[in-house]
Amino acid sequence: MLKVKNLHASVEDKSILKGINLEIKPGEVHAIMGPNGSGKSTLASVIAGKEEYEVTEGEILFEGEDINELAAEERAHKGVFLSFQYPVEIPGVSVTNFMKTAINETRKSKGLGDMPAKDMLKLIREKAELLEIDRNFLSRSLNEGFSGGEKKRNEIFQMAMLEPKLAILDETDSGLDIDALRIVANGVNKLKSKDNAVLVITHYQRLLEYIVPDFVHVLYNGRIVKSGGKELAHELEEKGYDWIKEEVNA
Amino acid sequence: MNKYTEDDLREELKTKEYEYGFYTDIESDTFPIGLNEDIVKAISLKKEEPEWMTEWRLEAFKAWKQMTEPDWPNVKYVKPDFQAISYYSAPNSKPKYNSLDEVDPELLATFEKLGISLDEQKKLSGVAMDVVVDSVSVATTFKKTLAEKGIIFMSISEAIKEHPELVKKYIGSVVPQKDNFYAALNSAVFSDGSFCYIPKGVHCPMELSTYFRINQAGTGQFERTLVIADKGSYVSYLEGCTAPSRDENQLHAAVVELIALDDAEIKYSTVQNWYPGNAEGKGGVYNFVTKRGLCEKNAKISWTQVETGSAVTWKYPSCILKGDNSVGEFYSIAVTNNYQQADTGTKMIHLGKNTKSTIISKGISAGKSQNSYRGLVRVSPNADNARNFSQCDSLLMGNECGAHTFPYIEAKNKSAIIEHEATTSKIGEDQIFYCNQRGIDTEKAIALIVNGFSKDVLNKLPMEFAVEAQKLLEISLEGSVG
Repeated sequence: MLKVKNLHASVEDKSILKGINLEIKPGEVHAIMGPNGSGKSTLASVIAGKEEYEVTEGEILFEGEDINELAAEERAHKGVFLSFQYPVEIPGVSVTNFMKTAINETRKSKGLGDMPAKDMLKLIREKAELLEIDRNFLSRSLNEGFSGGEKKRNEIFQMAMLEPKLAILDETDSGLDIDALRIVANGVNKLKSKDNAVLVITHYQRLLEYIVPDFVHVLYNGRIVKSGGKELAHELEEKGYDWIKEEVNA
Repeated sequence: MNKYTEDDLREELKTKEYEYGFYTDIESDTFPIGLNEDIVKAISLKKEEPEWMTEWRLEAFKAWKQMTEPDWPNVKYVKPDFQAISYYSAPNSKPKYNSLDEVDPELLATFEKLGISLDEQKKLSGVAMDVVVDSVSVATTFKKTLAEKGIIFMSISEAIKEHPELVKKYIGSVVPQKDNFYAALNSAVFSDGSFCYIPKGVHCPMELSTYFRINQAGTGQFERTLVIADKGSYVSYLEGCTAPSRDENQLHAAVVELIALDDAEIKYSTVQNWYPGNAEGKGGVYNFVTKRGLCEKNAKISWTQVETGSAVTWKYPSCILKGDNSVGEFYSIAVTNNYQQADTGTKMIHLGKNTKSTIISKGISAGKSQNSYRGLVRVSPNADNARNFSQCDSLLMGNECGAHTFPYIEAKNKSAIIEHEATTSKIGEDQIFYCNQRGIDTEKAIALIVNGFSKDVLNKLPMEFAVEAQKLLEISLEGSVG
C-alpha cells in the first residue's frame, strides 16, 4: 500500500529525514517510535503532503503511484488520513459541517454527487456511537475549546467517517487519560481491516498495548535505525532510547 | 508538489475579477454635469415635487456649499469633482409599467444576469420588490397586498406626492440636512429611493426589499430611504446592491433614515456589492453613506450588513436610543480585497434609561486592502443603566492587508456597563493544511473558514438573504484562490 524509498526531506533548508525506507502492506499495523526530534512528525506530514516540507530525494508510492507531486487534498481523496498531533481550531465551523464538507469534497473528486442528508445522518450516528461521542459534541465548533482528549477523539471520529486506506496516527496518545486512550484505541481497532493499514507514531509504548503493531520501527536522527516486532516496543519502554543512540553512534 | 503558500494566495487574490461587471445600455434621460441651484431646482421640477420639497433641497444645498469634505476616516482617495457629476439620470421607458412585460427587455436581461428574477422573487420568497435602477423606480410589486394592511411601500418620489404629510414630518428628522457633507449633498440632489410606512400595530407580513444599482456612466447616485414603523409595528427591510464595472470612480452617497416609534421594531439588512475597482485599484464605487435610526420608547432597531464591494466605503449605521428601554443592534461583515478601503462601524447613542446596544463586527481583509472598524458608544448623563456589548473581530489573509479598530467610548453616566472585546486572527497555513488533509481544497477551505468566522452575523440575516450573502462572501474571496 505505502512504499517509502530513500526519502529525504527538509524544512527551511534544514535536513530532517535522511533516507527513510518503509513498506506497509494492507492489513498491517506499523509503529514508528523514537526520541523527540528524531523526525517522526515530519515523516507523517511529508506523507500527508504538507507544503512546508521539501522532498529532496526519494519516493513516496501509494498503491504503486508516486504521490509526491500531489496536493494534500488529492492524497486525502486517495485514502491517506492523518490524525494530527495538534488539531487546529476552526471557529464557527461545526464538526458536522466540517465532516459533511470533507466527505462531499472527497465524493466530488470521484465524480459522485453529495451524500444524501439521510445517509450522512446515519453515518454520523453510527460512527459517533462507535467512539462514544455525545451528539452535542458534533454541533460544537471544530476543536474550539475542546479538551486534549476530545480533540483526539474527534480526530479518530473523522477517520471513522472518511474510512481511509492508510491512517497515520501522529502522537494520538499524547494528552489522553487512560479512559480516553482506551476509547480511541478501541475505535481504531474496530476500524481496522485486512484492506486498510495503520501507521502509529508515538513516543511511548503505552498506546501500543491497545493498538498492537505488527512491526515497530525506531526512528533516530532522520533514519530508521532498528525494526522489529512488538517486543521491540517493550524493550524501548524498559531501556529507553539511549541504548539505541549508543548503538547507532558506535 | 502542488504547494499553496501565502504568496500564491496573495497572487490569486489580485486576479479576482468583478463577478457582476457588465453594463447595460439603456437610453437615459441624463442631466448635464455640474451642480448649482438651478440643477437642484431642475431635479425637483423633473420629479414634479411640491414647493416645500424644493425649498428643503435648496436649504440643504446652501448648507452643503459651506461644508468641506471630511477627511478623518482611515481611507485615501482622490476627492470627487462635484462639478463633473451628472445629478440626474432616469431610464427612458416611462411611465411606469403595469406588468413585467412592459419593462425594457434589456433591463430585464440585466436582472437576469444578476440572478434576480422578479417573477421568481415574487413567487418563491414572497418578497415585495421596489426595484431602483438609476434612481427611478421602474417596477413595484406586491403593493396591493401591502396596501390591505395599510402598509405604504413606494418610491420616495411617489411618497412625496402621495403622502406629503408623512414625508414632511419625518424626512431629515434623524439625519438633518446639515448633518454632514454627504448627507447635505444627498438632501439637495437625491434622485429617488424608497419609502416605507408601517401603521400602528401592524406586523409587516413579508420582507421588504429593494435592489439598488448604478447604471449610467459618470452618474452619482443619491438614494434616499425613509422607513417609519409606527407604534407597535414590525418590519424587516432588505437592501441589496450590485453595480456594473466602470473605469472612473462613481460616487454613491445615500441617506437612510429609520424611525421606530414606541414599541416598534425595524430590522434593516443590507448586502452591498458595489464595484470594488480592478486588481490595480483603479475604478470602483465610492460609498459614502449616512444611515441612522431613531428608537422611541421600547423600540428596537437592528442593522445587519454584509459589505463586500466599493473601492472606498465610509459608513456607520447608527442608532439613537432616545426612548427608555430601547434597543440598538449592529451586526456587520465587511470584506475588503485588492486595494479596497473600508472605514465602517456604528454609533450607539444612549439617551433613554435602560437602553441596550449590541455591536458585532467582523472584518475580513485580503490583498492590499485596509479594513477599519470605527464605533462610538455614547452614554448620556440621563441614560441610567445603559448597557453595551461590542465585539470586533478581524481576519487577515496574507501579509499586505490591514485591519484596524477604533472604538470610542463616552460614558457620562456612572451606572453604564460597557464591554468591548476585540480579536485579530489570520487564516493560518495550519488551518488550510488541516482542511486539505481532510480532502477539502484550499479555495473551499477558505470559504469554510470565512463562513465560520462570519457565522454570528450571517445568522442574523433573513434566511433567503443569508444564502445570498454566503454566496457573495465566497465570490468575493473565492476567485481569490483560483
